[in-house]
Amino acid sequence: MLRKYGRALLLTFAFATAAKADQVSSFTLDNGMQVVVIEDHRAPVVTHMVWYKIGSADEAPGHSGIAHFFEHLMFKGTEKVPSGQLSAIVAAQGGSDNAFTTMDYTAYFQRVAADRLDLMMQMEADRMVNLKISEDEFLTERDVILQERGQRTDGDPGSLLNEQMSAAQYLNQPYGIPVIGWRHEIAALTHDEAMAFYHANYAPNNAILVVAGDVNPDDVLALAKKNYGPLPPSDQIKPRLRPQEPPQLAERRLVMADERVAQPYVVRSYLAPERNPGDQKQAAALKVLAELLGGSGTTSVLTRALQFDSQIAVYSSAYYDGVSVDPETFGLVVVPAEGVTLADAETAMDKVIAKFMTDGVNPDDLTRIKTQIRASQIYADDDSGALANEYGAALAVGLSVQDVQDWPAILQSVTADDVMAAAKLVLNKNNAVTGWLTTEESAQ
Amino acid sequence: MMIRIAALLLALATPVLTTPALAEVNIQEVTSPGGIKAWLVEEHGIPFTALEIRFAGGTSLDAPGKRGATNLMTALIEEGAGDLDSQGFAAARDGLAAKFSFSSDVDGVSVSAKFLTENRDQAVDLLHLALTQPRFDPDAVERVREQVLSNLRSNEKDPGNIAFKLESARSFGDHPYGSDGDGTIDSVTALTRDDIVAAYKGALAKDRITIGAAGDITPAQLGAILDKLFVGLPDTGAALPGRAELNVKGGVMVEPFPGPQSVVIFGQGGMRYDNPDYFAASILNEALGGSKFDSRLMTEVRVNRGLTYGIGTSLSSYDHAETMLGQFEASNENVAQAIDVIKAEWAKIAADGLTEQELADAKTYMTGAYPLRFDGNETIAAILVGMQDMGLPTDYAKTRNARVEAVTMADVKRVAAELYKPDDLHFIIVGSPTGVTPTE
Repeated sequence: MLRKYGRALLLTFAFATAAKADQVSSFTLDNGMQVVVIEDHRAPVVTHMVWYKIGSADEAPGHSGIAHFFEHLMFKGTEKVPSGQLSAIVAAQGGSDNAFTTMDYTAYFQRVAADRLDLMMQMEADRMVNLKISEDEFLTERDVILQERGQRTDGDPGSLLNEQMSAAQYLNQPYGIPVIGWRHEIAALTHDEAMAFYHANYAPNNAILVVAGDVNPDDVLALAKKNYGPLPPSDQIKPRLRPQEPPQLAERRLVMADERVAQPYVVRSYLAPERNPGDQKQAAALKVLAELLGGSGTTSVLTRALQFDSQIAVYSSAYYDGVSVDPETFGLVVVPAEGVTLADAETAMDKVIAKFMTDGVNPDDLTRIKTQIRASQIYADDDSGALANEYGAALAVGLSVQDVQDWPAILQSVTADDVMAAAKLVLNKNNAVTGWLTTEESAQ
Repeated sequence: MMIRIAALLLALATPVLTTPALAEVNIQEVTSPGGIKAWLVEEHGIPFTALEIRFAGGTSLDAPGKRGATNLMTALIEEGAGDLDSQGFAAARDGLAAKFSFSSDVDGVSVSAKFLTENRDQAVDLLHLALTQPRFDPDAVERVREQVLSNLRSNEKDPGNIAFKLESARSFGDHPYGSDGDGTIDSVTALTRDDIVAAYKGALAKDRITIGAAGDITPAQLGAILDKLFVGLPDTGAALPGRAELNVKGGVMVEPFPGPQSVVIFGQGGMRYDNPDYFAASILNEALGGSKFDSRLMTEVRVNRGLTYGIGTSLSSYDHAETMLGQFEASNENVAQAIDVIKAEWAKIAADGLTEQELADAKTYMTGAYPLRFDGNETIAAILVGMQDMGLPTDYAKTRNARVEAVTMADVKRVAAELYKPDDLHFIIVGSPTGVTPTE
């Protein structure tokens, strides 16, 4: 199977997995900061992450992109650690650092030798509350972010289509606003707005500390108390009660033609429920459904029908994540073979789905997927950084450590009936947006 | 998900200094009863093994007129083998929860496998089947060929890919490094099943194998696997290509491309990893455009001027050539200014080398980062292959940091003056930059 594929289409599928319970400890500091420790003593390395429960879906109207913008600004200075020095100090320790923002959270991490953990905590705690940003720094960073938007969104028709589809998918939920922000709103953000955003959202009671690697939980807790414990909680943190979707009653269809497109494709997203605390069964069924329909480049239902039994597509896939605060999407992608129109590709995709709804789940496929779920728990232990990501993301959207640890067993317990019930619920075109990415010639 | 700096650099082939090892990591050299050598790091904490196999040569072995044959062949290895067709093979592999990945680059074909201890023998049998009896069924050939062609069509409109192809052609001309190993739409369309079988016989042979393993396996168990895996492969494969002659003439090339952004690749000649001055060169690269956020180029182009989202450079050492390349993207109106800044930095480092502080910072970074590399079985297995291919001893880890520390200010200044050649610097711009005058 070909593994290289167009960057907009590379939807990898992986079962999130949980480390064995005896490797994971969790605490809460008096100021409300959650702490998770994942032990992996094979190499003297530690991943230190702080996750804030603030993402693009928490932004005020008109301020799109401010959560991501602030992620950049967190690398500017404090009195103790001047601008740009945090990354320099991490590098001087031989470590690496970075950060990322999604719709639901913003996270910062360093990967360093395990004995440098205290220093990382000192700097991370310092910038949680002591950041100082000059007007000049703010304006230059705004230019950098506009460059980033140019590179990652405006320069890529597939990203632009994704952005348009999300805006059409959510009638009311703020997930319709792009994480990087709309260009005109980024360009209008001010220094004062950024600082107000910082003071409202960066606080220990809005943060989760995840430490993974060659550490023991008691030491981590002592260091966390020393470094993060003195930080005052904020009284501005509100529950994340965001606007919710009304019933979606009409299918939405988008066609984006761009002269930079070489390989057209059709993508469909359906509104889908997310994993919820203590209630992950439906999400687990959707995860298995995505794997059955499009998780394998050889044996999944879409691939077999569109690439083996017929030659309609060169690539097909299905995706679902499930880790989010509010309902998200379940998606299908088909890249038609040369000479096949997008209309024919979409019709064929719909026929495969309709046939699946009639035929149901092939028991051999389900057995094979269960085997892979079990194995993925073993393979996952090889990468404590990935485990740190999994726990951090789950906790940042309101799941618990227990939810993360229950997840593999819930996946394992999914039945064919569960899968079909989830499919009936979600694969409804009234909840869906269908997008065509096409060349200018074929759109005419 | 937005990441502050996405992995910047260049989809180049085998990365350069993927070498080193943690002093504590115990690398064993294993020789199978049948005489096959491999490096092993035993780690019995998790019940699986990662196995990395590399066949030297890769896409540079394509026969004349058959560009893309090795790439297509590699993508077909797990599309059916022995008595299993494509579906049967995938079902067998997934049923064992084994993971196999086959990929090709300009210097080799890589096989990355991981398998559970509980069904290791069955997984190895299946991998052996794929390596030694791939079917290349006509329907699979057509299906995967269409995927490759679809990719090639996408690449034709991908500015980063266009820039890299122009860079390769400009630097290496007629050598295999000068053209895309994936082939062209015409060359891939014309490939026959016989071409694919010939590419297979040329690329996967016993005279060019390097093996690394890490995980829940003993030397004796690994030896037994090695004696099974390659039975049936030919003793010798196709001849490796010779040295590539690098075109080092400076200049500016503009390839028109629509949209608000330009992709820019810039570069000049590099240095081979076995050169005694390689660590001095690595330190210089780290300070100028390495992976740290505070490199000179990141500071001057991004932080101080906001001209780009990210910029970086790397020393790229292939089996048959060495280059030094950098890359950035910028709005069309920012490109000219960014290029001026880069040229000034190039002249500055050539004339003055580094400051004491930069030298010290680069050393702490490189020596501190070194032990962090060995943090998982898959990573370790791949590093073991890289170390062997560079001809390093198993105890290299113990001396490596001392060699970094030994680099002096005088070394750095001398090597900077020899290595950085502002007049050789060339720029390939794909986009619609304003205020840029092409010279070629």
